Amino acid sequence: MSEKIDFAAFPDARGHFGRYGGRFVSETLMAALEDLEAVYNRLKDDPQFRADFDYDMAHYVGRPSPLYFAERLTKKVGGAQIWLKREDLNHTGAHKVNNTIGQALLAKHIGKRRVIAETGAGQHGVASATVAARLGLECQVYMGADDVERQKLNVYRMKLLGAEVIPVTSGSRTLKDALNEAMRDWVTNVDHTFYIIGTVAGPHPYPMLVRDFQSIIGREAREQCLKMNDRLPDALVACVGGGSNAIGLFHPFLNDESVSMYGVEAAGDGIETGRHSAPLAAGRPGVLHGNRTYLMENEDGQIIDTHSISAGLDYPGVGPEHSWLKDIGRVNYVGATDDEAMAAFRDLTRIEGIMPALESAHAVAYAMKLAATMSPDQIIVVNLSGRGDKDILTVASIDGISF
Amino acid sequence: MNRIAKRFASLAETGRKALIPYVTAGDPVPEVTLPLLHAMVDAGADIIELGMPFSDPMADGPVIQLACERSLAGGTTVRSLLDTVARFRETDQTTPIVLMGYLNPVEAMGYEVFTNRCSEVGVDGVLIVDLPPEEAVDVAPVFRSRDIDLVFLVAPTTTEARMELISQAGSGYLYYVSLKGVTGAATLDPVEVAGRVETIRKHAKLPIGVGFGIKDAESARLVSRVADGVVVGSALVQQIADHAGQPDLIPEKVSAVLRAMREAMDQG
Repeated sequence: MSEKIDFAAFPDARGHFGRYGGRFVSETLMAALEDLEAVYNRLKDDPQFRADFDYDMAHYVGRPSPLYFAERLTKKVGGAQIWLKREDLNHTGAHKVNNTIGQALLAKHIGKRRVIAETGAGQHGVASATVAARLGLECQVYMGADDVERQKLNVYRMKLLGAEVIPVTSGSRTLKDALNEAMRDWVTNVDHTFYIIGTVAGPHPYPMLVRDFQSIIGREAREQCLKMNDRLPDALVACVGGGSNAIGLFHPFLNDESVSMYGVEAAGDGIETGRHSAPLAAGRPGVLHGNRTYLMENEDGQIIDTHSISAGLDYPGVGPEHSWLKDIGRVNYVGATDDEAMAAFRDLTRIEGIMPALESAHAVAYAMKLAATMSPDQIIVVNLSGRGDKDILTVASIDGISF
Repeated sequence: MNRIAKRFASLAETGRKALIPYVTAGDPVPEVTLPLLHAMVDAGADIIELGMPFSDPMADGPVIQLACERSLAGGTTVRSLLDTVARFRETDQTTPIVLMGYLNPVEAMGYEVFTNRCSEVGVDGVLIVDLPPEEAVDVAPVFRSRDIDLVFLVAPTTTEARMELISQAGSGYLYYVSLKGVTGAATLDPVEVAGRVETIRKHAKLPIGVGFGIKDAESARLVSRVADGVVVGSALVQQIADHAGQPDLIPEKVSAVLRAMREAMDQG
């Protein structure tokens, strides 16, 4: 990078990160987005709003989440120290709840009594259903019909929490189609509905506000690492689907030039096979779901089917801030295949007694590779963004076991 | 004066309102689109909105979603539908064509290449659903320099401040989306539409077309009393879906719906 960038100054007033981001939606939603932006800008520095958020983070989510030294895994790999930011220990089992609590507080302030959400792996759906239950809001969750099938446990959790799960059968029947359908719902019910977007994508101000809520991950990790090791980490590793856990970890470190960062996309069967979910590695810039960002598309600009073993990464786009961070070279975007993620899932489970979500297993897989190339006095912080309970059925079916 | 402005001017002279049908190009098969365009003109269409299919039509209801799927399955692309417009222009130099769709296929082609080809084949306007005026600022000159109108949407949620902005950014006509919702969702309320159109007129000199929720001759007639144009999409696309197995019948089936609307509108 030739000149110093102040990363805290982005997005700009129009919601752009360089050429990415923005607000590409139909006119019906513009007023709601302008209102949301105004409310958020007013509340984000409001002491009462921050106190409410912090209180819920501490007493409802159980934060701060630990920063854990994976000593046995480190020994096995033989290289840099691998530390895990334990978002898997949050209430509801993943980082997603940090954001849903923040957005539910916004919904309450705006006075909307119904919330909707899209979900891939079901973690964001569960986290949305959870906050809706707690605040007494009506909640409907859109989920691709294929994802409903492969994440049955989370579907049932959402139902127990009182949410209605609506299977989406259009298109590729996965996360992107759930997002389309949630947008269609929102455009119809915009007067009384708040759309809780689950990742750092979508029209401005969503990528900004989701990032801000998730940045608690990186703020804690930074403080914990300084306290425990007396220094900053050398590298950060996080999986990237839409990219909310990754931005949450990375953002508070972006101005620390000594910290290198790795966003791990789902390479599926391998980038070369075309069956993957890695727009930053193999896509190109375009416009989808309200923002300009890297997309997986064909030469005519039609969005193409993606593949990943993990439903949460199975998405053809990525948050616009990641696209920008890629172009300016601040973050390295790399991949881990289905097989590598499965191997890391098994390693972490057997060596550390921690069962990661298949999404997070992508980050673990890359971190193990990276650690092997680094020295034992160096520190890698991996975002263990979720726990693997929801993936038991997927793993069992790979093992040829059915219940 | 381009074809759109000429058409609204000549309609105004005779006291008639514009009938603006929408169909998705290449639906259900590419060969239908050219005869369908001519048939719609014969049935009384004043301006045609030709849909560019997209894999993720977020603002559309199931009827137009399925039209996009049929069209893409048949191999229609932005380039191929522009070729269809070129063939349409061989025999019809007066009926304005407005391309309607989503931004990504246009970006993928490139603004310069897209607008050059639009201009070559005789496209008069472009309406991109997910391109609000704020995001259009940088590309608007590319369209303007080729005399291609950028048509923008006005919604029931649009504030008066935004109406001002939109009417300054847009050209050709404004498209008032009469419902909060997706295309083909429900039937509009003519009284509410009349009130909103009146408000928009305080801010805009452009003609106002009204669409979303116009299902039959009666709703077309009611809207034509207050608006300058009546846009009808899902009701026609449903005819195409119903006859997808016999594409030869489609031009006549769609025309029948349009003719009924034309008659009702002209009776006022």
